[in-house]
Amino acid sequence: MTLAELKRGQQGIITDVSSIHIPLKLLEMGCLPGNTVELVQVAPFADPMYLNINGSHLAIRKETASHILIETAHE
Amino acid sequence: MSKQINVALIGNPNTGKTSVFNALTGLNQKVGNYPGITVEKKEGVCKLPRGVKAHIIDLPGTYSLNASSLDENVVIELLLNKKDKNHPDVAVVVSDVENLKRNLLLFTQIKDLKIPTILVINMSDRMAYKGITLDIACLEKELNTKIALISTRKNKGIQELKELITHYKELSTEPCLDASSIDSSYFDSLRKAFPNQLLYKLWLVITQDVNFGKTDRQTFEAVEDFKTKSTADLKRLQQKETIKRYQFINETLKKGQTIDLKTAKDLRIKLDRILTHKVWGYVIFGIILLTIFQAIYDWSSIPMDFIDGSFASLSEWIKNTLPPGAFTNLLAEGIISGLGGVVIFIPQIAFLFLFISILEESGYMSRVVFLMDRIMRRFGLSGKSVVPLISGTACAIPAIMATRNIESWKERLITILVTPFTTCAARLPVYLIIIALVIPEGRFLGFISYQALTLMLLYLIGFGAAVGSAWLLNKVMKFKSKSFFVVEMPNYKMPLFKNVALTVLEKTKAFVFGAGKIILAISIVLWFLASYGPGDKFNNAESIVTEKFASENLSKDELNQKIESHKLEHSFIGIAGHAIEPAISPLGYDWKIGIAIVSSFAAREVFVGTLATIYSVGSDEEETIKNRMAGEVNPILGGPLFNFASGISLLLFYAFAMQCMSTLAIVRKETNSWKWPVYQLVIMSTFAYIVALAAFQILK
Repeated sequence: MTLAELKRGQQGIITDVSSIHIPLKLLEMGCLPGNTVELVQVAPFADPMYLNINGSHLAIRKETASHILIETAHE
Repeated sequence: MSKQINVALIGNPNTGKTSVFNALTGLNQKVGNYPGITVEKKEGVCKLPRGVKAHIIDLPGTYSLNASSLDENVVIELLLNKKDKNHPDVAVVVSDVENLKRNLLLFTQIKDLKIPTILVINMSDRMAYKGITLDIACLEKELNTKIALISTRKNKGIQELKELITHYKELSTEPCLDASSIDSSYFDSLRKAFPNQLLYKLWLVITQDVNFGKTDRQTFEAVEDFKTKSTADLKRLQQKETIKRYQFINETLKKGQTIDLKTAKDLRIKLDRILTHKVWGYVIFGIILLTIFQAIYDWSSIPMDFIDGSFASLSEWIKNTLPPGAFTNLLAEGIISGLGGVVIFIPQIAFLFLFISILEESGYMSRVVFLMDRIMRRFGLSGKSVVPLISGTACAIPAIMATRNIESWKERLITILVTPFTTCAARLPVYLIIIALVIPEGRFLGFISYQALTLMLLYLIGFGAAVGSAWLLNKVMKFKSKSFFVVEMPNYKMPLFKNVALTVLEKTKAFVFGAGKIILAISIVLWFLASYGPGDKFNNAESIVTEKFASENLSKDELNQKIESHKLEHSFIGIAGHAIEPAISPLGYDWKIGIAIVSSFAAREVFVGTLATIYSVGSDEEETIKNRMAGEVNPILGGPLFNFASGISLLLFYAFAMQCMSTLAIVRKETNSWKWPVYQLVIMSTFAYIVALAAFQILK
């Protein structure tokens, strides 16, 4: 599944990021394969998404999140 | 000359880098620009132990050495260019104890440049609160550096940091990891092609596309057979490099840092639940905005009235004290009234920057960006456009500079283009005086005054014009630009008084001196143009007027007044004003307003100053500008010149016209082209003319 499908309060682990669609800045902030990600809060219409990636708190748009693959713990 | 150490402060945004800078330099700091670009340059002097002095430069915040903006380029250029006079002898990397992992990425990159580097771990007062313990000795060994654990909030560790800077020569310049292993063969060929250059520096030159001084560029072009990689390949390698650096950092922190989540408390979650709530978040933001406007328009009126009165008495005092003559007139009528027009803005500008810096320091501004992004995107803007649009109510110049962190070029450009529509502080004096003249004093429903209501409507019109034109631009501009949006959500913090006070001081100073120069120059030029004229009609004014009114038996005062107004009409400025009168009389203005409008294309606030100068030239009595304006008669239609129709027309003209040279200059710099400022000037001013024309013709 992609990060865009994560529910509020849910956690996952990043498995792959599509490097063409993702700005380097986001990678540098810790959005890398193997790191955990949690959806802290969403704005109306679930966009943008307020995330906790590897201890870094940041917000990205849903469109960007759809290029980040994750797997959730219970799958 | 005593020896001076060059120190560069580098760090991620939101690490308290500026607090460290303020703690080291205090008031010994100055803010300027880097030559040729509008990136703010902050430098200061710090006294170190044993009489050593340090020259400290506070570099723009950056997450890494991979530059994506003009501000970040400055950091890399300074670190790579050894010939720059500010090239640091020692780099101080400021990090935040809660985000150490992310902050260390930049640190490892700087270490690779073999510059002596000190690691500052700031906000140590929050460690216990967050359940963090650090093994400093272990971290110093793993990272090959010296660490200063400090708290700018509690004023701890600053002395230790100063000691470390003094002994910078003892620092190791060895990198902490070998980044070249991400693609050994590529880096080997790079090493062979340029044996004398630092490998990591070459890598940055290849990936960054920034100017690193001529010698470097030439060496690169000299070796033609060295094949560089495609952009996509380079980006993949940069990603690999980032992963490798994080691996190293994770291992290091496993040894030197423990976090006990059980004792960690988190205020963030509780506050965010309310402040970013789907309903309450917007309600709270609305209340905060209302408070800011209330402060700017209500609370600041007390100091503003005081300033206004003081300048009027100063001008009067000069006229009475100094010997009469051209110089006294220039001083009292030109310079003092012009300067008063600038100084009067200080309270409002100071209030606005006070609020903006508190919102930013506390971390709340990022929440606003988060809340507003989706709404702003509908109009082709970004959540980050909110900050420029709010700052634009003070002044468009810092507002346009604040668009730099908008990642998408299209969203940034639209924000730059529409920001001048927001009602800046310079429009306020124009609005206030015209509203006082043409809007009746009564109250709507008994409690809201019509005048205040008009002012509020003008603000809404300004904001509406900004958002509406953004929507139009988004439809018209066809180019696609990748829309990235990454915003850090920092922890909530109590703003530090010292930081807020210094920001307010510095921004106010910049505005007053920046605008002050233009206004002073224009006031002087205007005064000359209004006091002198060509030909007999001006020079023989006295005899002409005396002859003309000889039969009417006028008193001496009345005659003098006729002479003065005849002079003004035939002065240089009067001739120019009459020349443009046909263009503006359909809007309900006379030539004097015309002059004020033309001169306020340099800066809007000049309008009132110009009318003050034009009306006070040759007048002996101390009379307020408002009374003089109320007495003016429309030359064509008769009746008062400033009536409801012409007043509304003027208000609308000022709401839409692009009348600020400094804004045009900043737009030129930020967009790197004359195209956009010229569009802005032509389109906004034409629109203003049409609206003002329609308003007058309908209302008259």
